[in-house]
Amino acid sequence: MASNVDALYIFLLLVCGTMTVLVSLTVIYFAVKYRKRPGHRAHQIEGSHVLEITWSVLPMGAFLIFFAWGAVIYFQERTPPRDAMEVYTVAKQWMWKFEHPEGTREINALHVPTGRDVKIIMTSQDVIHSFFVPAFRIKQDVVPGRYTTAWFRATKPGTYHLFCAEYCGTQHSGMIGDVVVMEPAKYEAWLSGGASSAPLAVTGQNLFTQLGCSTCHLSNSQGRGPNLVGIFGKKVLLEDGRTLVADENYVRESIVSPGSKIVSGFKPIMPTFQGIISDDQLNALVAYVKSLSQQQPGEGAGSVAAASPQPKTRQVQ
Amino acid sequence: MHTSPAASTEHNPALRHHFASVEQQKNSASLGMWLFLVTEIMFFGGMFCAYLIYRLAHFNDFAAASSSLNIWLGAGNTVVLLLSSLTVVLAVNSAQRGKRKLLVFYLVATIVLGVTFLGVKAKEYHDKYVEHHIPGADFNFKEEHTAGHDELPPVNQQHAQMFFSLYFVMTGMHAIHMIIGVGLFAGLAVMAWKGRYDENYNTPVENAGLYWHFVDVVWIYLFPLLYLISRHH
Amino acid sequence: MASVTTIPERDNYLTNGYGIKSWLLTTDHKRIAMLYLASITFFFFIGGMFALLVRLELLTPEGDLLQADTYNKAFTMHGMIMVFFFLIPVVPAVLGNFLVPIMIGAKDLAFPRINLLSWYLYIIGGILITHCMLTGGVDTGWTFYTPYSTAFTNTKIIEAGLAAFVAGFSSIFTGLNFIVTVHRMRAPGMTWGRLPLFIWANYATSIIMILGTPVIAITIILVAAERLFHLGIFDPKLGGDPLLFQHLFWFYSHPAVYIMILPSMGVISEIITAFSRKRIFGYKFVALSSIGIAIIGFLVWAHHMFVSGMSLYAALIFSFLTYLVGVPSAIKVFNWTATLYKGSISYTTPMLYALGFIGLFLIGGLTGLFLASLGIDVHVTDTYFVVAHFHYVMVGSVLMAYLGGMHFWWPKISGRMYPEGWGRLAALIVFIGFNLTFFPQFVLGYLGMPRRYWQYKSEYQVLNIFSTAGATILGVGYVLPLIYFMWSMRYGKPATDNPWSAAGLEWMTSSPPPTFNFDETPVVNFEAYDYEHIKEKEVPVAH
Repeated sequence: MASNVDALYIFLLLVCGTMTVLVSLTVIYFAVKYRKRPGHRAHQIEGSHVLEITWSVLPMGAFLIFFAWGAVIYFQERTPPRDAMEVYTVAKQWMWKFEHPEGTREINALHVPTGRDVKIIMTSQDVIHSFFVPAFRIKQDVVPGRYTTAWFRATKPGTYHLFCAEYCGTQHSGMIGDVVVMEPAKYEAWLSGGASSAPLAVTGQNLFTQLGCSTCHLSNSQGRGPNLVGIFGKKVLLEDGRTLVADENYVRESIVSPGSKIVSGFKPIMPTFQGIISDDQLNALVAYVKSLSQQQPGEGAGSVAAASPQPKTRQVQ
Repeated sequence: MHTSPAASTEHNPALRHHFASVEQQKNSASLGMWLFLVTEIMFFGGMFCAYLIYRLAHFNDFAAASSSLNIWLGAGNTVVLLLSSLTVVLAVNSAQRGKRKLLVFYLVATIVLGVTFLGVKAKEYHDKYVEHHIPGADFNFKEEHTAGHDELPPVNQQHAQMFFSLYFVMTGMHAIHMIIGVGLFAGLAVMAWKGRYDENYNTPVENAGLYWHFVDVVWIYLFPLLYLISRHH
Repeated sequence: MASVTTIPERDNYLTNGYGIKSWLLTTDHKRIAMLYLASITFFFFIGGMFALLVRLELLTPEGDLLQADTYNKAFTMHGMIMVFFFLIPVVPAVLGNFLVPIMIGAKDLAFPRINLLSWYLYIIGGILITHCMLTGGVDTGWTFYTPYSTAFTNTKIIEAGLAAFVAGFSSIFTGLNFIVTVHRMRAPGMTWGRLPLFIWANYATSIIMILGTPVIAITIILVAAERLFHLGIFDPKLGGDPLLFQHLFWFYSHPAVYIMILPSMGVISEIITAFSRKRIFGYKFVALSSIGIAIIGFLVWAHHMFVSGMSLYAALIFSFLTYLVGVPSAIKVFNWTATLYKGSISYTTPMLYALGFIGLFLIGGLTGLFLASLGIDVHVTDTYFVVAHFHYVMVGSVLMAYLGGMHFWWPKISGRMYPEGWGRLAALIVFIGFNLTFFPQFVLGYLGMPRRYWQYKSEYQVLNIFSTAGATILGVGYVLPLIYFMWSMRYGKPATDNPWSAAGLEWMTSSPPPTFNFDETPVVNFEAYDYEHIKEKEVPVAH
């Protein structure tokens, strides 16, 4: 992906650089050739429609190419692959907190294996930050109150800068870290060496019970709340007639502002959990709900396989 | 002292030196006022934009909050403003016909109506204060008006507070413009009393009138947007 | 008007009344322009001082000169002052105020008292921002994104916002004045098709001023209300949306940059024609491209938000529209170049600035194309690439054009010639200093150095050192005109009515002009840039 960005950049450099050089040389050439000399008068030229059209249409044509190429790259950047490894990120003044699906937590460092699609699901605890890894040519603002996502697939092992790229206060320039890319074997070794907390989805499952969610959201039938098994990634019909796809932001919103988007056929009786649970706990719950769409029949909820096959009922967005 | 020049060849004392003619001056002043009103449209437009976006996102909560506004006071105020626009038109007409006393009367009538509007607004704000609908630490929105609406979710306090935040900013901005308008008309009334306006020169009355009509039109939009959400019962 | 007496100098707007009251209560557009010149220059140097602080800190990767908070305030104040108190007003309020009535053959602007009010509003805004600076300043960046600006920072947001709000009204009234003037007060025979391009440029700018500025005004009010009363309009913790702020903010702030560049482009058109002794190539296209930029400029604001979390499809639309707005600018550049063709070109100081402008605007504008491309923007937004881009168009273009215009019209404004040798030297110093300061920043940005960084990774140091070195050279280039312009007011060679033998009504009245601009209202029966019929006098040589 990074090489695509560089390719476009070089293309733009060549085209724009050439234009700059050409026009500048023309200006200099004219300025010298037509300098004021005795006996030489200026020729009054009104204009030329042909030229005007030419130098409007040709640049627009070039611009369309720049636009299209850039748009394709952007589309790819903003559409994470389906079976990417998901890391939840919480940004706060002035540090990055990462939580791997296996439960491993990191601060200001993110270890990832080569050759895996990694999707980061990010929110901020306070102000707007921005997740920027120059080596990967990716950047995504991290906004409080919602999730934003970015994804990458690292190919070369190494340590790469992570910068915060949206001014966020005193230590904005200190909110930096590393993305540590390792060979898969080394990565597995690192993972098993550190993790002491439960996988994220298991934490979420525990919270789901503790907070009483399971009393209304039954897993084997429809209770007072919708059955959440298999709901993630599917189209949902709301009581006001709108449909949407149940993504991370929808799940999050349903927990902190349940009255906003009621599922059709259900009463608006879910209490809000805003202010009651933290961003980390929210992430765990979202991960849990997601896991309910990934489980094989017969497996318990909360088992997180490295790359689960998709259930056949999932609809495409 | 004002003398009323009758002949067009005489130098109109109201003509400012950088204009070639009274007509050019009048046209310029009018165009200037219209352009100023365009800026006001953009100014209020920003607020309307924010309001519409949030209303779309939180329709039910906004409807509930809106229904706590006193529709009679709002409607009454609308009538008051419409009447005041009438008095403005009559004032301009009086000026154009050179009727000094009538002009002063209508200017004062406009001021009275404007102050009435502001008084009613003050009462409404007071009501909101008493009901704890003013955004801030004391905010507490209790639904009383949604009897028979089981299918609606309980009102989200934050969204209700959002409604009132926008309500106060929008009507507050409008009220500030009304106060400025009242001040303008007070100044005009004094000048009119001194006989400064007549059939040859009444541009300030016309342009102030334009401003007043604009402020009126803003209210015509504000009233349904803020007061009349979903009130079909 | 003063009566005719035996005075060595002809009576003009500068001699028509002495004493501070005659200046502070003037309604003469030319004097008001001079009032602006003094105050805007003052704020330019204040903003420049903050820039110097920033560049000095960035000599080393560590934060070792200023504390982090101080640095954050320095770049914020630099941005705020330069944007609101220099770039937006400078060409319209100084050159525009002076020239617009004269160029169309009028005695003054349509509303001279409102013009004076505009200046006082600028001063009030200036006092507010100065007080804000002296009592702690703001640290949000000039873009004061929420919720940092509404719920987190302890700095003086409301005061700074108020300063910008008041200065914004100065802008609105100037724009209003220009539009009415151009519509209603053109001299007999001065049709729209005969207007100098400087007028077209200021007219288009004025449209943006009156349509765009009110939106930032209301945005500032909403931010202030949110801070004061803990409302939740932009704060997600209270149910608000921080992206709404960004949309409202950029809806004005993008057109604002066209407020900055359009009048400058008008200046360039005047200079290039005068020193090629030719009519402009493609008059209609250059004139209408100003209007085109003004209109399309309102449709591209969210290209500042490609990585904000905004919808993908919105991003696609804004990227496309941003490319569209590049076309009229390209048209201008080609037309200016074509104007040089078969001209008779002199290398006066204004012309040096104008030729430099073409090159630097080319780079600035073309790097805008990089930013408009979604795939590239993701990488370079919020880095020094953007910083370099906007400095190329704001400093390399707007400021160069302003300096060129000041030199071009200085004889008319002051009645004196500036020293040509020093003028050329300063132009060269500015050009070199500018490129050395900002070109390395493109590279820094692509390499990944984020903006608004007090400390940075050591691998970025070398380029930062080049940049700071360039900034000091640039500073010298700016101080020089300050000195020699003031010097020329006393010791400069007295100027004739038309020292450049240039076209335009301003050159048909005395230098400096009388208070009411013309002895008799001109009647226009010639096209703009009528160089075919203008006899050339000797072009003045270095003093």
